[in-house]
Amino acid sequence: MIRVQLPSLLKNLARVDSEIELEVEAPVTLHSVLDALDRRYPMLQGTIRDRSTLRRRPLVRFFACEEDISQSPLDAVLPEAVARGAEPLLIVAAIAGG
Amino acid sequence: MSAIRLLVGTRKGAFVLTSDGKRQRWEVAGPHFGGWEVYHLKGSPVDPSRIYASQSSGWFGQLIPRSDDGGKTWETVGNDFAYAGDPGTHQWYDGSARPWDFKRVWHLEPSPSDPDAVYAGVEDAGLFHSGDGGRTWQELPGLRTQQGSRWQPGAGGMCLHTILLGPGDPQRIFVAISAAGAFRTDDGGSTWRPINRGLRSDFMPDPTAQIGHCVHRIAMHASRPHVLFMQKHWDVMRSDDAGESWREVSGNLPSDFGFAIEVHAHEPDTLYVVPIKSDTEHYPPEGRLRVYRSRTGGDEWEALTSGLPQRDCYVNVLRDAMAVDSLDPCGVYFGTTGGQVYASSDSGDSWTPIVRDLPAVLSVEVQTLP
Repeated sequence: MIRVQLPSLLKNLARVDSEIELEVEAPVTLHSVLDALDRRYPMLQGTIRDRSTLRRRPLVRFFACEEDISQSPLDAVLPEAVARGAEPLLIVAAIAGG
Repeated sequence: MSAIRLLVGTRKGAFVLTSDGKRQRWEVAGPHFGGWEVYHLKGSPVDPSRIYASQSSGWFGQLIPRSDDGGKTWETVGNDFAYAGDPGTHQWYDGSARPWDFKRVWHLEPSPSDPDAVYAGVEDAGLFHSGDGGRTWQELPGLRTQQGSRWQPGAGGMCLHTILLGPGDPQRIFVAISAAGAFRTDDGGSTWRPINRGLRSDFMPDPTAQIGHCVHRIAMHASRPHVLFMQKHWDVMRSDDAGESWREVSGNLPSDFGFAIEVHAHEPDTLYVVPIKSDTEHYPPEGRLRVYRSRTGGDEWEALTSGLPQRDCYVNVLRDAMAVDSLDPCGVYFGTTGGQVYASSDSGDSWTPIVRDLPAVLSVEVQTLP
């Protein structure tokens, strides 16, 4: 079970008020977690990754196990603690004014 | 008893303002999509319960919510705005080439005959169409063949902000782009041509070139679809031949810079504009918020000030932030970047703020309900 925490605007959009749990087959990568997230919550499609390029949107950041993994390839395997649900994957809106 | 529903898009969400036909007491619902920019909302003319909205964010991109109950509840539909083929490049502010890149939807224009059909004007400039209620979108790429590589952004971005669907002729569509100009199709969007003859823009190397004018908005009265009124970057313009030629009708306006322009619901020669001081000072001249009305199709303008602040007012009124209802007398509405929405139930003679403290208003649309 993968645990995912969304930023507040996306929690409102997905109509969830707490951490999300997703079943994701190994190997667990950002892409596979985000694919599972889009399947469960179709309204999130395009909000984290660009619809056409599937690249991370520039003002979205990813953190896991107290590390910023935003620059990691999206197909890189996530830390084992995230893969077994001991630690959440944090999806964070960059502090960028507004 | 008829009713009025105002759809207000702001920098931080959407609001739905409702009143009965007297237009004296208003209820305010919202914010919907709190924290998101809502550039525009518009209802279907054939099914007023169906409303399309543009919800966007610099962080999370574009979404299209759709309501089928008059704005009470919303469903997120399609947001895949993929340009057809390789769109190539357009000009950046410094004249360099920059790849086409979708940023947001500025304007949604539902079909006058089919509630599932809707057009979207987007930044970087393009026109999209959906025939399935906003679930999927297809670009009409013929527009970009009109020297798209020479288009460049206005200060607000390279946006397609005006879509006018020709009453009685579903094949005719007018669009306007900042800063490329106005364009028309007579075959439903397959082929287009620029309609900018008579426009003059002194910031351009060739001030009368076909392409490059910063058109801010175009308005039309449904009974006279060959007559168009334009608020350009500078100059208020009029065309009597569906855009084939334009002449200036700024007349005695205190400034002919501005964004919004609208036509009275029952008097096709009665126009409204909100003069703004200049292209660098986006607020009313002398700090006095005045709507100007012409009853002569331009050239002769009168200031409408009753109920509007006449000192220390430095708000702007953006291009999609003015609208009219179809009651008699005609109601006129506009929103400001200061968060006020003003209403007039007497064709502009007097004004009352419905709300004073919304986030900056990006757009105002009216639905006149039976």
